[in-house]
Amino acid sequence: MSHSTSAAPSSSTTIGRPFAGLRTWFTMLAICLEERLVYRGDFIIGTLMRFLPIVTQVFLWTAVFNATSRADIAGYSRNDIVAYYLLTMVTRAFSSMPGLSGGIARSVRDGSVKKYLVQPVDYVGYLLAARIAHKVVYYLVAFLPFAGVFYVCRSYFPPIPDVGTIALYVLSLVLSFLLGFFMEATLGMLGFWFLEVSSIIFAYMLVQYLLSGHMFPIDMLVGIPTGIPGVSAADLVRWLPFEYTAYFPAAVWLGKVQGATLVRDLAIEAAWVVVMAVACRIAWWRGTRRYSAFGG
Amino acid sequence: MHNSNRGGPADPGGAAVISVDSLAKEYRVYDKPEGLLASVTGLFHRTSRLVEALRGVSLSVGKGEFVALLGPNGAGKTTFLKLLSGIITPSRGTARVLGHVPWERADDFRRRFALVMGQRNQLWWDLPAAESFRLHKEIYRIDSARFDRTRDELVDLLGVRKLMLQPVRELSLGERMKLELVAALLHEPEVLFLDEPTIGLDVVAQHTIHTFLKAVQAERRVTVVLTTHYMKDVAALCERVVVITHGSILHDGPLEEIVDRFTTHKIVTLDLDATPAAGRLERFGFPCEIRGPRATLRIDRTRIADVLPEILRSEGVRDISVEDVPLEEIVAELFRAAPNPSSPNSSAAGATA
Repeated sequence: MSHSTSAAPSSSTTIGRPFAGLRTWFTMLAICLEERLVYRGDFIIGTLMRFLPIVTQVFLWTAVFNATSRADIAGYSRNDIVAYYLLTMVTRAFSSMPGLSGGIARSVRDGSVKKYLVQPVDYVGYLLAARIAHKVVYYLVAFLPFAGVFYVCRSYFPPIPDVGTIALYVLSLVLSFLLGFFMEATLGMLGFWFLEVSSIIFAYMLVQYLLSGHMFPIDMLVGIPTGIPGVSAADLVRWLPFEYTAYFPAAVWLGKVQGATLVRDLAIEAAWVVVMAVACRIAWWRGTRRYSAFGG
Repeated sequence: MHNSNRGGPADPGGAAVISVDSLAKEYRVYDKPEGLLASVTGLFHRTSRLVEALRGVSLSVGKGEFVALLGPNGAGKTTFLKLLSGIITPSRGTARVLGHVPWERADDFRRRFALVMGQRNQLWWDLPAAESFRLHKEIYRIDSARFDRTRDELVDLLGVRKLMLQPVRELSLGERMKLELVAALLHEPEVLFLDEPTIGLDVVAQHTIHTFLKAVQAERRVTVVLTTHYMKDVAALCERVVVITHGSILHDGPLEEIVDRFTTHKIVTLDLDATPAAGRLERFGFPCEIRGPRATLRIDRTRIADVLPEILRSEGVRDISVEDVPLEEIVAELFRAAPNPSSPNSSAAGATA
C-alpha cells in the first residue's frame, strides 16, 4: 500500500496480458475442482446409485424378450438393448447437469447472483468451468465402476467400431455435454422471470426422459405416424435437441446411424449447441436487465 | 478532504469521484390481501403500487472521502449503494462513479471498485480464503508480485494470516468479515462501498475493522461510502454523514454539524454527597434520572453557561460532567422527526413523484 503503487492502480493492474481471459477461466476450473473434491464421499455414493435404474431396465427387457418369440424388436436384439442402455448411461454422464438450473434459479432468488454483476467476471463462463470440474471429478470417481460393468457385460456388445466412428462418437459426446449444459443453464435463467422454476424443470425432465432415448431407443418411433405423410415420430424427434443428450451417441457407437445420416445428425446436434448457447446468452442479458430494473 | 463540494449535484472542477444527480428509484410492489378468497382473486387481478425507494438524491463525493449513509431501515441506503455499484438501474436521474455510468457495468469500471455486503459471501464457503484470493487475482488481473504484497499487507493489518488457509465455513462471523474485506481490497479499488460491514460483530472485531479501514483509507486515499446502523462506525470513521430518510437526503455534512444542528440539550451528571431532596434539582434543568447520590439532568444548551456556575456553587456537589446527548438518541430523534412525503398528512406529498 505504498504511495508509489497507488498512483496509477488501474493502468498497471490491467496491463494487457495475452490470454488473460483464458487464464482466469483455468483458475476458475482449478478452484472448482478443489471445491468438488471436498464432497468426494457424496460423489462416490451418487455414482454408484446411477447403476440401479440400468439394472431394472435390463431385467424389464429380458422379461419382454422372454415373453415374445421374436429375436428382435424394432431392430434391437436382447443384447443390443443391454448394450444400448449401458451406452445411454455414458451419454447421460456427459449431458446430464444435476443441480445446474436449480442452482442458477436459487442464486437469482437469494441474490448471490449479484456477485457476478459487481465483479468483472462472466457468469456463464464461470458456470461452464464449474460444470467441467464437476464432470471431471465425476469421471475420476466413476471410471472404475463403469469399466467394471462394461467388462462384465462385454458379451452384449457388437465388435468395437473403427477409429473414425469412435472419433465421431467422442465428438457427439462432447457436443451432448455442451447441449445439456446450455439447455439447462437457459432453463435456470428463467428464474429471472419466475420465482419458482422447479415445476418447469420437472416438466422439462419429463419431456427429456421420453424424447432423449433414455426410456427406449428413438428409432423404435420410426413406425409411429405423425399425421404428416411420410414423416414418422422419429423424424420429428430428430429435429429436436433431446435425442442428442442420450440416444444419438449410443446409436453412433452401435452403428445404427452411419454415413450421410451420421454427418447430418451431427450437424443438427452442433446447430442446437449454437442455438442454445445463444439462447443462454440472451436469457442472461435480458434477465439481468430485468433484475436490475426490478431492484435486485 | 473535499468538503467544499458536498451536497451539490456535480463538481465543476471534475474532481468528484462520485457524482449523483436527482437519482430516483421506484419499485412496483404487488399487494397481497389476506385470506384464501383474496388469494384466488389475486390470481386474476392484482393490485400494485409504486414504492419510491429513492426520490431524487443528489450529491458528490471527492477522492479520499469517507462518507457514512445513515437512515432507518427502508430509507433507501442499500438501494443507493446498489445503484452506485451498478446492480440496479435507476428510474430517473444520473450517476457517475470514476467517470462511468455504474449500471452499464463496464469491465474497466468493475475492476476499479469493490462492494462488500455485510451478510453476503463472496468467499467460497468450502475452501480456504486463500483460494478465493487466488481467483480474485485472476478475475481482476492483478500481477503476481503486487498481489502477494497487497495480500500480505492486508492480512497482517487484520491479523488473519493463519485463518487464510482454513475453510471459510469453519470461521466465525467476525473472521469471515475480515477475510471478505481482504478479498474486496486485493485489487486496490479506488472506490469501496460497504453495506453494514460490522453488523452482528463483537466490539473487538468492530474495533479491528475500524482501525483497518482507517489505515487503508488513509494510505491509499480510497473513497469509501458505508451504510451502517452503528454510531460507533460513524464516530470512528466518517468525517461526513449523509442522513437519508424516506428516500431523500435530510442532512449532509460533518458529524459535529448534526450534533450542533439537531441537539438542544446537554447531559449533565452530578455526583452529590447524598441523595438529593425531591425538587431540589429542578431549578437547574430536567432531571432524567436520580440514582442515589448520582443525578443526570438535561439542560438547555442556551442556559448551560449560566447554570453550570450555579450548580458548582451549590452545596454537596462533588463532581460534575457535561456531555452531548448520545449520538444514537440524536439520530433516532432525527429519523422520527423526518417528514414522510408519502404519508397523506404531509404537505410534501408527491413533490418528487
